[in-house]
Amino acid sequence: MSDLKKLKEEFLLKLTEKLDLSEINQIKSDLFGKNGLISLQFKKIGSIDETERKKFASELNVVKDELQELINSKINQIQNAEINQKLDKEKIDITLPERSFVRGKIHPVSQTIDEISSIFSEIGFSVEEGPDVENEYNNFTALNTPDNHPARDMHDTFYLDEKKQKLLRTHTSPVQIRTMLKDKPPFKIIAPGRTYRSDSDQTHAPMFHQVEGLHIDKNINMGHLKGCLNYFIKEFFEVDKIKMRFRPSHFPFTEPSAEVDIGYEMKDGKIVIGEGNQWLEILGCGMVHPNVLKNVKVDPKKFQGYAFGIGIDRLAMLKYGINDLRAFFDCDYRWLNHFGFDPLDVPTNYRGLSR
Amino acid sequence: MKITFDWLKDHLKTNLKEKNLLDQLTNIGLEVESVESPSTENDLFKVAKIIKTQKHPNADRLKICDVNVGQKKLIKVVCGAANAKVGLITIYAPPGAIIPKTKTKLVEAKIRGVTSYGMLCSESELNLSDESDGITELSEKYEKSIGKSYFLKSKSNLIDLSITPNRPDCLGVRGIARDLAASGFGKLVNLKKKKLKSKKKQTLKIKINREKNQGCTAFGSCLITNVKNTESPQWLKDKLISVGQKPISAIVDVTNFVMLDINRPMHAYDADKIAKGIIVRNSKSGEEFKALDNKNYKLESGMCVISDHKGVLGLGGIIGGTRSGTEFNTKNILLESAYFDPRSIRNTAKKLSLDTDAKFRFERGIDPLSIEEGLNKAASLIKKICGGETSKIDIQKNETYKKDTIKFDINLFEKISGVKISTTEMIKILVELGFKVKKNRNNFQLTIPSWRPDITQEVDVVEELIRISGYEKIKTINPIKERTKSTLTQPQKLFHFLQRSIASKGYLEAITWSFTDSNYNDHFKGSNKEIRIVNPISSELGVLRNSIFSNLIMYLNKNLDRGFKDLSIFEIGPIFVGSNPGEQNTVLCGLASGKKSRLSWIDQERILDVFDIKKDVVQTLVEAGYNSEKFYIDNEVPDYYHPGKSGRLFLNEEKKEVAAFFGEIHPGILKKIDIKTESLLGFEIFVDNLKLPKKTLNNQKKKFIASDYQKSERDFAFIIDKNLSSQDLIKTISSINKNLISNIRIFDVYVGDNIPKDKKSIAINVTIQSNEKTLNDVDLENINKLIIKTVENKTGAKIRS
Repeated sequence: MSDLKKLKEEFLLKLTEKLDLSEINQIKSDLFGKNGLISLQFKKIGSIDETERKKFASELNVVKDELQELINSKINQIQNAEINQKLDKEKIDITLPERSFVRGKIHPVSQTIDEISSIFSEIGFSVEEGPDVENEYNNFTALNTPDNHPARDMHDTFYLDEKKQKLLRTHTSPVQIRTMLKDKPPFKIIAPGRTYRSDSDQTHAPMFHQVEGLHIDKNINMGHLKGCLNYFIKEFFEVDKIKMRFRPSHFPFTEPSAEVDIGYEMKDGKIVIGEGNQWLEILGCGMVHPNVLKNVKVDPKKFQGYAFGIGIDRLAMLKYGINDLRAFFDCDYRWLNHFGFDPLDVPTNYRGLSR
Repeated sequence: MKITFDWLKDHLKTNLKEKNLLDQLTNIGLEVESVESPSTENDLFKVAKIIKTQKHPNADRLKICDVNVGQKKLIKVVCGAANAKVGLITIYAPPGAIIPKTKTKLVEAKIRGVTSYGMLCSESELNLSDESDGITELSEKYEKSIGKSYFLKSKSNLIDLSITPNRPDCLGVRGIARDLAASGFGKLVNLKKKKLKSKKKQTLKIKINREKNQGCTAFGSCLITNVKNTESPQWLKDKLISVGQKPISAIVDVTNFVMLDINRPMHAYDADKIAKGIIVRNSKSGEEFKALDNKNYKLESGMCVISDHKGVLGLGGIIGGTRSGTEFNTKNILLESAYFDPRSIRNTAKKLSLDTDAKFRFERGIDPLSIEEGLNKAASLIKKICGGETSKIDIQKNETYKKDTIKFDINLFEKISGVKISTTEMIKILVELGFKVKKNRNNFQLTIPSWRPDITQEVDVVEELIRISGYEKIKTINPIKERTKSTLTQPQKLFHFLQRSIASKGYLEAITWSFTDSNYNDHFKGSNKEIRIVNPISSELGVLRNSIFSNLIMYLNKNLDRGFKDLSIFEIGPIFVGSNPGEQNTVLCGLASGKKSRLSWIDQERILDVFDIKKDVVQTLVEAGYNSEKFYIDNEVPDYYHPGKSGRLFLNEEKKEVAAFFGEIHPGILKKIDIKTESLLGFEIFVDNLKLPKKTLNNQKKKFIASDYQKSERDFAFIIDKNLSSQDLIKTISSINKNLISNIRIFDVYVGDNIPKDKKSIAINVTIQSNEKTLNDVDLENINKLIIKTVENKTGAKIRS
């Protein structure tokens, strides 16, 4: 057995023992230190006979690699064991609760307004606004509802003066008037906002939300109205099919006027919008009355179109299964938390309106 | 409007079923609100007589009545009605009966310890009338019906229609039948007009005063003498009961019948109680009369009254008076059938807060040509039932009714509805609705039926045509997905951004009323004036809110009472600064309360403080695109904030419009409204005051500059006047060299030992970096010195060594 082989066997044996880091480092320096056994062998190469030299050198390299690798892996093992031991000591109960966080929420009415705007945005409507306090003219007279009109009785109005000239708007329709007075036709707007009527019971709140729609152009007829609402309802309730019924009604500011019902059925005590064989009234609409157009200096011979008004709170109730209108404004923390939406859930068309 | 199919069949010949009828009514705009079957339930309501009453032992207002309901044993019923007395014949409902008005099922119940076996019903509970004062009083004639069912068995369902205010003609069964016939649902029965035959003159003199704003234009009358007022015959009673009316006496029942049948309101006077003759005139201020609702009314001037030589008999077209009312012993009656102007009716009724069936009809417009028809119909019926002799019909007029005509452009129909129907079809519909049609080349010359005051222009005719031919004929034209204008304006985008930004910081969005309790509002109105609502629904909602805080705090308090802590809520919406349109501002208002990290195993819990709320305000504004380095903050705040722990924020040093207030809510207010929380902080961001950045975010992003040169940090500690704001210190340093000083942070504030009493020590960390080169030691030393020198010179501070 050559010296080299002996050396190798000897150290391989040594390295099988249980060693600590310093012992291994000692071995390392015994072998590869400046005067280590392997290092010395390398120094010998020059003095070896040329015929033997190549073979020796190659054998030496093999031995060197083998020992070096073993030593390194031993060192690694020990270091890993040490780290693991340290980490083991640092172990904590990871099931303890995280640092507390709070979640804010968006009110379902705000969310619904964003959904509505997103839908109408797709078909070219822009959003208009008007003040909550209105004058009698914009809220009634301009909308073809003169003082002696019985339709005024249907609006229980909050007044701000004894002469009944200033009031809280009873619908969002005065925004139609303001918009048309401000600009020139065509008009294609929606106007969501707060509205007020002085009745209050289980199904009525003194304040509620409406969205007004108005589309005036040269040849807009009842077919466009039907198409627009059909599109809206389908998109809003995120259903493929919707059953919709137009039925004649009366509003002073539209002629002809219609109320719109949608089909629904009850499933497990919940309203399911879509097919079904029961009808639910959800909005009023019609062709803008020529008198209204005249009042805002739009020529009814040249321009015509439709308007509609939808109860936002009611839409939200139907879509999200909320039973009590009054709860919208009761500000109960539990309710807001339950029915509210994450602020990052912004309704968009590409992501869909709701998750 | 309540009808039955049976009654409709008096005017309509049809083989179709009730199911078809209901659909068709709704399809032509006469919306079916409800259908009630005259189910056997109503059989349970029995005619009964009170035999004995005694006071309830435990309640002053209650009585225990022994009631004869036709059984051997008397039934004990507890009753609270003042008119429950011995001998009264009334209507009894046993346990198990369902009260029509409330739809509640009666059960045997102990009332204050005494068991009541059923109840005695008011007219209102039975939907017979609105009379809810006391229990129903039946006439003695019902004595023989005791124990029998009060309601007669009707074969026909009760159909309740919601008639829109433009359709007075459909407040009569005939009008509804006419609409149905036009739509193809059967044929309108042609009624033979019965004309009264009489040679006797109407001898009671009638006069309509010719005066300004006289509300009565025509007054028709008929005198019927020697009548014997009695109970109505069964067919008439049945008819009225079938639509939920209570039969009273033949004369009253007949006028009610004519009103329901052809929408012709009438009034019957006891002719013997009329002094000399009738004068229709405007009232004088202060005149009084007692109406049939047993209330006294004091009149203003100018109301249309029916009077005699003694004074007011009644308010024309609204309500009659007790003085001339008919009774069972009435012998001679005067029947009135008149036309009253809707505007006049409405004004008078509104001023007196009176709402009657007649008023409801007249203010919508009664057919002016129905005066004679009504008199003929009613007088002949009364004669038939009560006997007597009728006079000739007398009609006094101030104005003669002229039929209106309009020219209708045939093409307008398709232009508005988008539907095509033939001219023949159009004519058929219009004729069946009662129009006279003269066809020209492109238009119709239409004479409008006298019963349709709602039709005044062409578009009304379009509506008639599309309504009768069917809304289902309207095609659905799908909208085009195209946008020519952006959906939201910049301010609207800002509104939505702020709303979601503040919510993302842990605030729950609330929506509260725009009105509030003035007691709460007073705390937060600041310099605004109170805006009262003239007719609030309750005094707690009596004023428009001057600030959102009033409602928000009230509701936060309710939630705290529910046992929730550490709540943050906000609302974005209007506050009102005046009572004119537009005098309102949009405010984002929030409240945060309680503690951070309450009961945490890991973090130290602490009470929320003003710097928490300041963070929310500043971060939100920064996220919305405003530069916080430019913000200017002072402490001039409204009195509802803690004067020492609050701030006013401007977007820049120009201090033009307040961007926000924030701070602790004044402890005095917390005490007054008794709110219990460790801390209460609030903010108001005035959305309308936020000037929109000149550049959109999109534009701001285009230029990107970042320095790759090494940056250095230097710490300084200055001793400065206690009153000097750290804001001034920072602004002083940052203005030294905007190119080199990139960040300034305050990392310590110290007051106490080793510092003079009127001073404080502020430690600052300044980041220095150049865009052009790496700064060497000399450069850094220079800027160091400059900072110290400038701060010392400008603020009187001293560097702490």
